[in-house]
Amino acid sequence: MALLLPAALGLLFLVLPLVGLLVRAPWSTLPQRLTEPAVLTALRLSMQTATLATLLCLALGVPLAWLLARVRFPGRRVVRALVTVPLVLPPVVGGVALLLVFGRRGLVGSWLDATFGITLPFTTTAVVLAEAFVAMPFLIIAVEGALRGADTRYEEAAATLGAGRWTTFTHVTLPLVAPGVAAGAVLCWARALGEFGATITFAGNYPGRTQTMPVAVYLALETDLEAAIVLSLILLTVSVVILASLRDRWTGG
Amino acid sequence: MSAAGPLLDAHLVVDRGSFRLDLPLTIDPGEVVALLGPNGAGKTTALRALAGLLPLSAGHLTLAGRELDHPDRRAWIPTEHRPIGVVFQEYLLFPHLNALDNVAFGPRRRGLDRQQARQRAADWLARMGLTEHARRKPRQLSGGQAQRVALARALAVEPALLLLDEPLAALDARTRLDTRAQLHQHLTAHPGATLLVTHDPLDALVLADRLVIIEDGHAVQAGPAATITAQPRTDYVARLVGLNLYRGRATGQRVRLTDGFGLTTGDRHDGEVFVAFPPSAVALHPRQPDGSPRNTWPATIAGVQRHGDNLRIQLSGPIEVAADVTPAAAAQLRLAPGQPVWAAVKAAETRAYPAA
Repeated sequence: MALLLPAALGLLFLVLPLVGLLVRAPWSTLPQRLTEPAVLTALRLSMQTATLATLLCLALGVPLAWLLARVRFPGRRVVRALVTVPLVLPPVVGGVALLLVFGRRGLVGSWLDATFGITLPFTTTAVVLAEAFVAMPFLIIAVEGALRGADTRYEEAAATLGAGRWTTFTHVTLPLVAPGVAAGAVLCWARALGEFGATITFAGNYPGRTQTMPVAVYLALETDLEAAIVLSLILLTVSVVILASLRDRWTGG
Repeated sequence: MSAAGPLLDAHLVVDRGSFRLDLPLTIDPGEVVALLGPNGAGKTTALRALAGLLPLSAGHLTLAGRELDHPDRRAWIPTEHRPIGVVFQEYLLFPHLNALDNVAFGPRRRGLDRQQARQRAADWLARMGLTEHARRKPRQLSGGQAQRVALARALAVEPALLLLDEPLAALDARTRLDTRAQLHQHLTAHPGATLLVTHDPLDALVLADRLVIIEDGHAVQAGPAATITAQPRTDYVARLVGLNLYRGRATGQRVRLTDGFGLTTGDRHDGEVFVAFPPSAVALHPRQPDGSPRNTWPATIAGVQRHGDNLRIQLSGPIEVAADVTPAAAAQLRLAPGQPVWAAVKAAETRAYPAA
């Protein structure tokens, strides 16, 4: 009993806010609300940026995960620690850091601006970068785990058949860890979709350009509570769908 | 066999602190050599060194005139560029590819286009009698089928050296019998060198032209199966082929063993010799026998085990001996551990051969 009561309270604490969201939802006007141009624009932007961020994370994160899982090099533990920093770093701090590097006067930003005339902050690209920065560790950790769990003897078998490192990676290793990569990508996408702090700091809040769903929720809260609830409902639905899709892997069926 | 010398010419030295493999090894074209030894003897280390999955610490490895590994000369060809094929102990068929694509994987990597590689793979599967299983994934294949796909995959790259790591160990007894016979056919047809790594003497005897016995990283005996089974030189080999083996110094027919015990043998030698005789040559008597046997001694029964249709009796005493008796004889003698008996071996049934 000494444990059951706090356990029940804990469950209530986690579930009650979600119930509140459902109770307060403007169900009668929901269809109109959902089709409002502002909502659709934010939704589309969020989906697009989260998808692009996930692709970026796959392109950079999978090789990084492979490096961490398969190659022994000095400082590997430091690199692994660095990779996980965005996981615990407050996203707002991440946004500030991105601004300092990619801002017009930043380390890389000033060079981009001078050389190519590219300005990153407060663009859709900035949204993608902010989301990728925050979400990449999820992908890397999932893929690295899958690579560590994979049987490296298959890679040896591939080598005896004449496959070099790259062919072995693309033709043997990657297919073997595909479920892990998929799970990592879904987690990464979900994290990118919900990204708020780094996005609003680095990319700002321009409807149609940088105003993603979480940013829209935050702003609607001050002007139109019902709109905020509707947007929140959408994000909640997406979260539940993702959880369901990962059911077997993460909640033990 | 070949006038051009052996296809594989190697001296494999791998140093791993507490363990050292030091194994000279040559194999002729078309020859099948079995590397036979107990677990931990260094068989798998030798195979991995040949495959390039493990670098040599010293020595050399030359295959088909090409230097693959020679630490002194800093020569090193990585695994993927070696003309080898490997059948792994658990086959390691790629689980995401069907049987055909598993076999086509090697030819594809070695320069054939997709169409040609698939054709080559289909030919090999046909040769293995697996055409109707070509589209199956490895998990849908039986153990024997998976073994043949693994063999086809290794042979499809037409390797100069085929390496097999305990190729039958993962199979049940019934499948093993059929698969061993088929494997024998395919190994006979393979024009390159073949090295079979196994701890099963039956695999080695059936499949190999020549045996190399390895213990603790060193070759302790090498030669045709007939010689090795008739004249074991270590306790391990003697146990494998089921012989009692002793070492001693011969003077004519009389051999004084290392621990002072004397045996009379059928062969005449002078100097260090091995003496071997089968357990069936040992007769047991309740009392000291008189008559023809020259070798008799009192012994104590240390253990009794079933052995085929007979019982194998372990005897302690001046020398440790295994004796085979029929169940009827055992009942008559009332054999039980701890019981004293007299053991007798006819000199004509023992063989002595030089140890040097």
